[in-house]
Amino acid sequence: MAKPLVATAPFTGCFGCHMSLLDIDDRILKLVELVEFDKSPINDIKVFTRPVDVGLLEGGISNDENVEWLIKFRENCKILVAVGQCALTGGVPAMRNTVPLKECLEEAYLKGPTVIDGKIPNDPEIPILLDKVYPCHEIVKIDYFLPGCPPSADTLWAALTALLTGKNVGLPYELIKYD
Amino acid sequence: MTENYSEIINEVVEQFGKDRSRLMDITRAVHAKLGYLPEEAIGLIPKALGIHRVEVRDMASFYAFFSREPQGRTVIRLCNSVVERMKGADAVAKAFEKAAGIKFGQTTADGMLTLEYTACIGLSDQAPAALVNGTPLTNLCPADVPAIVQALKAGKSPRELPQARVDLNLRQPGPVIFAPMQRGAAVRRALNMSPEEVIKEMNASRVRGRGGAGFPTAMKWDFCRKAEGGAHYIVCNADEGEPGTFKDRVILAQCPDLVFEGMTVAGYALGAVEGLVYLRAEYEYLLPSLEQCLAKRRSLGLLGENICGLEGFNFDIRIQLGAGAYVCGEESALIESLEGKRGAPRDRPPFPVQKGYKNEPTAVNNVETLCCAARIMEKGAAWFNAIGTKDSTGTKLVSVSGDCEKPGVYEIQYGMSVDALLQLVGGQNAQAVQMAGPSGQCLAPKDFGRSICFEDLPTGGSVIVFGPQRDVLECMHQFLEFFVEESCGWCAPCRAGTTLMCKMVEKVLEGKGTRNDLRQIETLGNTIKTMSRCGLGQTAANPILTTLRNFSNLWDAKVRSEDYVAPFDLKKALQEACAVTGQKPHAEE
Repeated sequence: MAKPLVATAPFTGCFGCHMSLLDIDDRILKLVELVEFDKSPINDIKVFTRPVDVGLLEGGISNDENVEWLIKFRENCKILVAVGQCALTGGVPAMRNTVPLKECLEEAYLKGPTVIDGKIPNDPEIPILLDKVYPCHEIVKIDYFLPGCPPSADTLWAALTALLTGKNVGLPYELIKYD
Repeated sequence: MTENYSEIINEVVEQFGKDRSRLMDITRAVHAKLGYLPEEAIGLIPKALGIHRVEVRDMASFYAFFSREPQGRTVIRLCNSVVERMKGADAVAKAFEKAAGIKFGQTTADGMLTLEYTACIGLSDQAPAALVNGTPLTNLCPADVPAIVQALKAGKSPRELPQARVDLNLRQPGPVIFAPMQRGAAVRRALNMSPEEVIKEMNASRVRGRGGAGFPTAMKWDFCRKAEGGAHYIVCNADEGEPGTFKDRVILAQCPDLVFEGMTVAGYALGAVEGLVYLRAEYEYLLPSLEQCLAKRRSLGLLGENICGLEGFNFDIRIQLGAGAYVCGEESALIESLEGKRGAPRDRPPFPVQKGYKNEPTAVNNVETLCCAARIMEKGAAWFNAIGTKDSTGTKLVSVSGDCEKPGVYEIQYGMSVDALLQLVGGQNAQAVQMAGPSGQCLAPKDFGRSICFEDLPTGGSVIVFGPQRDVLECMHQFLEFFVEESCGWCAPCRAGTTLMCKMVEKVLEGKGTRNDLRQIETLGNTIKTMSRCGLGQTAANPILTTLRNFSNLWDAKVRSEDYVAPFDLKKALQEACAVTGQKPHAEE
């Protein structure tokens, strides 16, 4: 039987959730035995090569490229898991949601104290920002939510192994308690 | 300017005896003199009081009636609560914006007018209504607005406007609250008994709190009396902020003597030396007549030292004005506010009867409860508990508003059915009745046979009738918006939960909801209900939760059959960036 396929996406976040995934230490060897990675920054595969079983999403959705890829993840993954606070709620990047985008850009590129001859970037190659940072579930259907900033390696491991072995994904309280 | 401020502020602080606990009054007085609270003032008040700046800012930023920006000479606060909007407040708002040439939240360039929205001001029976520098204008219609604006801009006092009238709207007086009274009778009878006997009499009457929770009054007094402390306090909660409630307005306008009579009886029973009335800022216009009533009672020896000639019974009453915050109706938040702090509820225990105002034993009673107490003293427990039902003795004031012919205050006997009440008020064709305000429950016709009493349908007094054409779910959404606005922000389930719930409800009302969304709304609602710190949060989800139960047909009609519908609109989300940077969305998007 072929190994289950996993893909991971870094949207607007800090890569902390991916780091937390690597934090499973030597269990990563077990994970490699258990699964194969498709599109992911971990192996640097840029596009989906075939249908994937589980997609892990890190980060909120802040620009049109994020949206495009999130939709592709939905199309290509059987199960989508939003991982970490940014994917769940927008997180730290969503702090800009209380300030109009125009003001944010002007502060960063025109009025900032270190700006000389500022200009708001507008190269067509640059993704276009959304009016605010959205959580993943406002754009596509999300099957599971894994809270945490980041979710601990143990939490990720428990969730992932449960999903891949078809077990119940109900996590014990200690793994999702954050205060 | 600062020097000027300094003089004014020192004078005000001096006037209130440099007492930190009077910070609310001090801030109110400074606000009244300067027209707003400039940052310098927020710096100078704490200096004069010897407290930290953050204590003043913390307090001042909490209340709706304190402005940190300069305001117009005349501030128009239009009530946009649910009943007001049912009665056309939106059209009145538009007319105000047109006539004044500004939007709500703005001040005219000449500094004459400010337009603001406010939550329920206790005039739902004569809606739409507004407060203009504290003066209520009622039964507003868009056609009146240009003349109102013109007069106010010309510097006319709002009191001279033809709309500046509050009808009593007491539709049905009853034997307990609105029967004629003899000033001093209750106090004299109480003073002939020992304080313990007074509490015993209260206990025999089986009177329960009228604010909605229904705690036995005698038990509260007994706990408070027995609690150890340097001083005991009786507090009258006149902060009725539950949308659709205005019974206390009618009591305070019609029979303030009965309230003060009840407070004096309570003062005697508790061994208190001071009584405090926490009067909501929206009712400031009632203050002069209340002060007059207090003065009269002092001159008759019913307040002050050695009351009614009883050596050593000294008791007086002070009225504390609030500054616009719904949550201050919650007794521990009210006490915080009385002490001149932001109105955030306290952790309990200790309960206010143990450690309340100034950390001393304090009984907080509703206006109506204190009236009952006075009447029980006057007429006896047996007379009182012959009225009503077994567990709900006496009468209840209900303030009825919305889609009915005769909105107003009714003193009904406990046990009356909703149907009978609807007959009385001319609201027979109601499709729904909001019982006990937004924090209560939304009843469907199947429940109209139920009775108004603690055993079945308890209410603090608010009854809102929704007629057959009314969009009930939209009204529930507006109730939820009210809770979002009024949450004190202390605990996450209430602060974040109400906001999230509101967004989810909006998604459904916009036709983008699914059955799954309804399930999630219900789950979130139950979390808010069980995890919030005070009564506000614990009841904030009720409009939605009770309609999910009683009007599931209306909700079901709103949702789509798909498994998932995205509320997200990419084109709209990109507009702002494209306008700023000149980038163009990719064609395939």
